[in-house]
Amino acid sequence: MHGRHGRPITDHDAHEISRVEELSYDLKIREVMTAAIKTATPDMPLSKVLEILRINRISGLPVVENEKLVGVVSLEDIVRALQKNDLAAPTSQYMTREVITVASYESIVKAIRTFTEIKLGRLPVLDENENLVGMITKGDITRGILVALQKDYKEEEVRRYRASHLFEDIISERTTLVLRYTIKAGDFTHGGKASSDVKRALIRLGADPQLIRRCCIAVYEAEMNLIIHTTNGGILKLEVEPHRITMSAIDEGPGIADIEKVFQPGYSTATEHVREMGFGAGMGLVNMKRCVDEIKMESTLGKGTKLVMRIYVPDQTVGVSRDGQNDEPTTDHQ
Amino acid sequence: MNLQQIINELNLTVLTEAQDFSGITPTGGYSSDLLSCVMAGAKKGYLWTTLQAHLNIVAVAALNEVAAIIITENAQPDAASIAKANQQGVILLSTPKSTYEINGKLWQMGVQI
Repeated sequence: MHGRHGRPITDHDAHEISRVEELSYDLKIREVMTAAIKTATPDMPLSKVLEILRINRISGLPVVENEKLVGVVSLEDIVRALQKNDLAAPTSQYMTREVITVASYESIVKAIRTFTEIKLGRLPVLDENENLVGMITKGDITRGILVALQKDYKEEEVRRYRASHLFEDIISERTTLVLRYTIKAGDFTHGGKASSDVKRALIRLGADPQLIRRCCIAVYEAEMNLIIHTTNGGILKLEVEPHRITMSAIDEGPGIADIEKVFQPGYSTATEHVREMGFGAGMGLVNMKRCVDEIKMESTLGKGTKLVMRIYVPDQTVGVSRDGQNDEPTTDHQ
Repeated sequence: MNLQQIINELNLTVLTEAQDFSGITPTGGYSSDLLSCVMAGAKKGYLWTTLQAHLNIVAVAALNEVAAIIITENAQPDAASIAKANQQGVILLSTPKSTYEINGKLWQMGVQI
């Protein structure tokens, strides 16, 4: 939710944790490992290994012969050699030959599991041909996930930036973005889905929060009306222009007998069952009217209803400033 | 007063996934069982107290970005509603007390408008 994590995309944040899990399957070990690594050879004297460890501030080295990993040598091995005053000995004499490795093409979740099972801080990474191609540490994994998350975030920012400049980037005499939603009658399970999609779209378009709230209330009420009152559902349509937003709800029946009555606060034809759910307060159209600048309803009994609402964008909240177009809302086009 | 303190003080049951409630500070509250009224009256960051426990309260709460819904008098949302709330990041809390009592206590605790 907005504010809770400081990011304004609603459903996105709820999935933050699972996104990290997802990334641990998506990201391959080769993408996060350190490729430029120091190595030792079997015949390298341990004194030289110690020098490399000291300079690079690391605690172990993979031992490589002809690109193949033949062992690892750690500080522990060097300590054993030191106890025998044997630092001149070749690495092969003290190195550990049985090495746990991970494959570069595997997901990082494999490395995470291996780190959990064994108590080592770093693992050699082998490619398809069993050649040593890098090392991976827990730090590499954390860094890899953070970088990927940041990329996600940037992509969202870019998407939002592009959307908010839509009306500047596309040149026409009159640019309109049309969002269309099919609403099924009686589909309470998805009640509010279209409104929440509208909300996300308007956020992406960079609309002002107050404008988004007004649109959301109007669209939500219209959406619920299509669910509650229509015979076969209907179409919810949002036309976004730089200077105004037009919302329409069109259905094929049953139609309204007395339009004046439905605008009266408290008037409702909702069934007892629907009222028990908290709908049918007779406030829907009252709410819509309060939120929009213009509202027009046409209805024919037995044929259907068309509701058109319009909100004028105060200034420059959706892309560009309003250009003074001010035609009356009509119900004669779809 | 943060949401964790409110949950403790009012002995509320958390129905949705546990999270760090201490980072959420409700900015006020609204009470109604009529969803249109809630659409009009609930503001972002508010607590919403209601008897309603069906799926559609989740959409209303998400659209209005309320801090949490406190479902009163032990009304029980079904599993689908709780799942949807988790998915949409809506916090559902429950209490056997009445809306009136909860509102009174919240006001006393300083959650006012």
